[in-house]
This record gives sequence, structure tokens and C-alpha cells, in this order.
Amino acid sequence: MAIQPITTLTGKAVPIAGADIDTDRIIPARFLKCVTFDDLAEGMFYDERFEKDGSSKNHPIDDPKHAGASLMVVGPNFGCGSSREHAPQSIKRSGFQAIIGSSYAEIFFGNSTGLGMPCVSADPADVETLANYITEHPQTELTLDLTAGEVRYGEHRLEINMPEGPKEALLSGRFDSIQELLDQTAAIEETAAALPYI
Amino acid sequence: MGKTLYKKVWEAHTVSTLNDGRTQLFIGSHLIHEVTSPQAFGMLRDLNLPVKYPHRTFATVDHIVPTESQQQPFEDPLADAMINELRSNVEANNIQYFSLNTGKQGIVHMVGPEQGITQPGTTIVCGDSHTATHGAFGAIAMGIGTTQVRDVLATQTLALSELKVRRINVTGKLQTGVYAKDVILHIIRHLGAKGGIGYAYEYAGNVFDAMSMEERMTVCNMSIEGGARCGYVNPDQTTYDYLKGRAYAPKDSEWDEALARWESYRSDADADYDDIVEFAAEDIEPTVTWGISPDHGVAISEPIPDPEKAETPEQKASILEALEYMKLPAGTAPTDIEIDVAFLGSCTNGRLSDFREAANILKGHKVAEGIKAIAVPGSQITAHQCEQEGIADIFREAGFEWRHAGCSMCLAMNPDKLTGDQICASSSNRNYKGRQGSPTGRTILMSPAMVVAAAVKGKVTDVRTLNA
Ligand code: SF4
Repeated sequence: MAIQPITTLTGKAVPIAGADIDTDRIIPARFLKCVTFDDLAEGMFYDERFEKDGSSKNHPIDDPKHAGASLMVVGPNFGCGSSREHAPQSIKRSGFQAIIGSSYAEIFFGNSTGLGMPCVSADPADVETLANYITEHPQTELTLDLTAGEVRYGEHRLEINMPEGPKEALLSGRFDSIQELLDQTAAIEETAAALPYI
Repeated sequence: MGKTLYKKVWEAHTVSTLNDGRTQLFIGSHLIHEVTSPQAFGMLRDLNLPVKYPHRTFATVDHIVPTESQQQPFEDPLADAMINELRSNVEANNIQYFSLNTGKQGIVHMVGPEQGITQPGTTIVCGDSHTATHGAFGAIAMGIGTTQVRDVLATQTLALSELKVRRINVTGKLQTGVYAKDVILHIIRHLGAKGGIGYAYEYAGNVFDAMSMEERMTVCNMSIEGGARCGYVNPDQTTYDYLKGRAYAPKDSEWDEALARWESYRSDADADYDDIVEFAAEDIEPTVTWGISPDHGVAISEPIPDPEKAETPEQKASILEALEYMKLPAGTAPTDIEIDVAFLGSCTNGRLSDFREAANILKGHKVAEGIKAIAVPGSQITAHQCEQEGIADIFREAGFEWRHAGCSMCLAMNPDKLTGDQICASSSNRNYKGRQGSPTGRTILMSPAMVVAAAVKGKVTDVRTLNA
């Protein structure tokens, strides 16, 4: 596995309002009828963005002022619900590199980390301030600095946090754990041998 | 200080500590289905890696299976491609597959317990968030993403961070008409949809002690709706009685050894918990949801909330959004909500005991005029038992459509879907916007007993009044 450290990400952001945005909303189930993740970008937030006839609902993602955004600013408990990795895959494949919010559902968080897409957390009120700022100043370039534990925008600085393990995995570029897991073959077999049901 | 079951099972399955500080955890049983596994097999092929322990992975097909006829090829070519992909992956890798023609197919979270694969003191994962269901047996069981499915296939291990443990005690006596589903809806309503983030839930107290395995599964199933990645009940005689004699359960002398081991995993009386919460069984009423998050619940006798009375701005916004989507005025009595569809099934409440209980209530009644009512057993084994016990006929005579096993209307991946803004009284686990297949469809979660009561009356109904 190639090592790709993720330390600092810079880009414009788009705010997605609302608490408890579940993975069914991020990628409706009908888009899961696929055997690869390749075409998932088109389904991202589909029912929030488009009417039945395909016309736009003018969701912030489709607002020209947020075009090219690579960071997403979200509400609490983002990504709750189903374990479908299709959700973070669709976000990543739509060009987003990181998510800034206040809390995440755990499976979504882990799936995103594994893809090298950090989900960082900050105080809910501060996240809201950031979201309002972006709405008013959509051209602002944000810098998400994982090492320093902050997001810098305009004159402002937002303190962010992330649990140590996943943060370390991203900073060291070892977020895809497969090689490290494979390296432990002997220990895996030893553990298996000690478990009578295996 | 003693240890919790979670801690003991975690330690027994720890392989190593990874560079980033996470634990490499051994996974005892891996369950797969057609939606989240094909991409993982694709990744394995790209990396040229074999499946390390093929005999520890078990497959079935559930989400995309049409429930009117399981005849293949399926009408939907995308669904057909998915089932074929699953078949070729399991064949190529020698994985046990409970396919449509084995008589053992069903929702993955029903197949594991039915076959005795789900056992105490084990670690169980599946690319499906309701894997928490298997915690009913005293296992660490959780949902994972597809890249993690790849990791398990390739190494039988995962990189994970240990969770904290919250003990949830429910003690006292449940009122008549109050079921396991009401207990978990009540817990989620009070602890919140994100209350469990970072925790495993241990369900304890005499209410869970008295529950059957099927009821415990209903509770553990919805841990994830409460934000907890896994939930469990300590194993006891009820657990062992359920497992004895099942296909994959230990046999003969192995059974006694297993029993001793399973007992040893129970949480110690002086175990160290990160948090403990208490609920009184007497406070739990039949509970229904009224909004778009599983913690939007009310007791059947209470009005749905008024945003003006919300305690925080966040709560107010959440109530307003939910009421708008549900097209319900604040203060509505749940029993005034008319329904269009009744759905009985899913991995929360698609088991034999659910259909038995529902049939007892339904007997002698008819589904109200204009209501589409469907009953979908969660597995072929359950479907068969329901036929044998005459339960299926009770449903048919009452005007329910009796279907084949699958996830059905729990989610929008097969032909069973809501249309327009239909309101569905549902025994499933998620009331998210659009969950049941129509972007404007509305879901009201409730117990199976309440679903049949709603089907009979054509509106949300307190089941205790139906035969009164
Ligand atoms: S019944 Fe519903 S929740 Fe359960 S596995 Fe199927 S789709 Fe998921």
C-alpha cells in the first residue's frame, strides 16, 4: 500500500445544514444496486438535490457559488444509519477531501478514515459560525491543518479534534490498514489457535 | 475491579496493537450479503489476495430479493447482477452460502442465529449496521464498511478502537401491550440518536433477563439507531437453550466446554462501566415514532411535540424539520394519524415470535379498507414455521399479503416501496426521510402488535384498545 500522509488540506467549502443526516440521505438505497463504487458520485444527496423529474432543488452543493468546494461543513451526528461505505465513497468521488462537523456516527467515521477522508470535530456552535461564514463568504479558502489541530479561514481559527488512533493513521499515511494487518500473520494464527470456536 | 463481557471478549480476540494505537482484533464470524461485499471481493482481486479463513465467512442474500416471487432471474437486471456476483464470489472462494434454494436464506441477521453461527463470547462483523443484533447472544457484533469487509476477508482481523461500555438497566414489570420494540424505542427516545456514539450498550436488568432470544435481538438490533455501534445482553440459560442443537452450535463434549467458556465471558458483578443508566419498566408505554429520526418517539398516549416547547434551538430545528416532512401539525395525537401501508417484517421484527404475537391480535379482524398490508417473514425458516403453525393463513384471511423472505419494505432496494407521501406503520428500524423508497414517504416505527392494530383500524392505534 502506498503511504500518503494527510496533514493539510486547503479548499473552498460547502455547508450542509441539519442534524442527524443519515446515510440513506447521503446516498439513497436505489443507488446501491451496483457491484463497484465507480459511479457513486451521481447519487450523492440525490433526493435532497433533485426533484423527481430531475430538476434542481438548488441545494448548496449545486449552488454555483460553492462550485469546486472540496470541504464539507456538516451538522451533528452526520452519517448515522446504515454502514454503507457507499456514503463516504460517493462524497469522496464527488471531489470532497474532508468533512468538518461536530460529531459523526462511528461506522461512517471509520469508513471515511479508511478512505483517507478525515472527519474532524469541533464545538457545535463554532461549526455553525463557520457554516454561516461560508454562506456569506463562499469564496473563502479554508485550511484544515490536522497537525496543528485547527481550521483556518479568513481571520479566524477553529480548533478541531480527532481521536488519536485515526488521526495518527491519517498523518502517517497508514489509513489503509491492510498491509499492517497482513504483516501480523503469525500473531493472527496464534490468536485463532487460542479460540476454540475457530 | 471486574470486567465487562465486552472487555473480556475484546482481550481474547486482540491480535496486536497497531502503529497508530488501534487494536488489531480477530473476527470470529464474518457474515456477508450482496450489497456490501462485491466491491470488497473486487479489492481483493486487485491486491491479488486470497480469503484467509473461508470457513469463517457465511453468505446470504436479502436486500435485493423480491418478496412476491423469489424466482430467478429477477426482473430487475441490476438486482440479478448483484446476486450473480455474490454467487460467483462465494463459489470462487469456497464460502458457505445460504442461497435462495437452500430453504435457509433470509435476512443476514436472522440466518446467523438460526444456524447457530451467532454464539456468546465471539466477535461478529458484517457489512451491515444491524449486525448489532447478534449481541443478543453476548457477542461483540458490529457493522463495518466495505473496505473493512476486504480486511476481514484477507486477514480475519480489523483495525479498531475499543469502545466505552454503558450499562442500561431496565427493571420492573412491563405493562401488557408493551414489547421489546417499545423498550428500545423508549431507550433511544431518552438517550438520543447520537447518545450511544463511542459506546457499546450492555442491556441488563430483570426485563432483559426475562426476554426470549428473539426479543433480545429486537433490542440489540436497534442499538445502532441509538448511536451505539454494538449492544449486547449477557448470555444465560435462555441463550444456551436457543443454541442447543442448531447446525453450527457445538456438539457433544464440545457443548459442555463451550458452555463453561460462555459463562466465563459474562460481565463480572463488580465490572467497571463507563456509564450506567436506569429505566423503570412501568414508565414504558407502547411507543411510536412521529418524525424522521429514531429518537423522535412518543408514548401512544402523548401528543407529538410542539417546537415552541423545545429545550434547545437544536431540538427546535429538528422538530420543525420533522413535522414539515411528516406533514403533521404539532400536538397531533398519534392515534389521529391515518396510515396507507402496514409493513410487518425486517431484521428488527421479522421473527417467528413477532408473527405469533401479531397473529394472536389479528385473528378475527380484517385489514381496513384501502390499506395495503404486507407481512414478510425475515427468513425462509420463519416463513416455513409460520405456514406450519397456521400463522400465514391468519394473515392472509385478514387481508395481508403474505410474502417470501427478505428485507422488503425496510429499505428501497427491491420492488417493495412506498409511493408518494404514503404513511407506513412499520415494524422496521429506520424512519429516515425516504428510507422506504419514496423521497417523500413517511414511516412510523412501532411494535408488530401495533402494526396489525394500525392495519385493522387504518390509523395508528393503541393495541391495548383493539380487543377491549
Ligand atoms: S431488514 Fe432492513 S435493517 Fe435489516 S438488514 Fe435488511 S435492510 Fe437492513
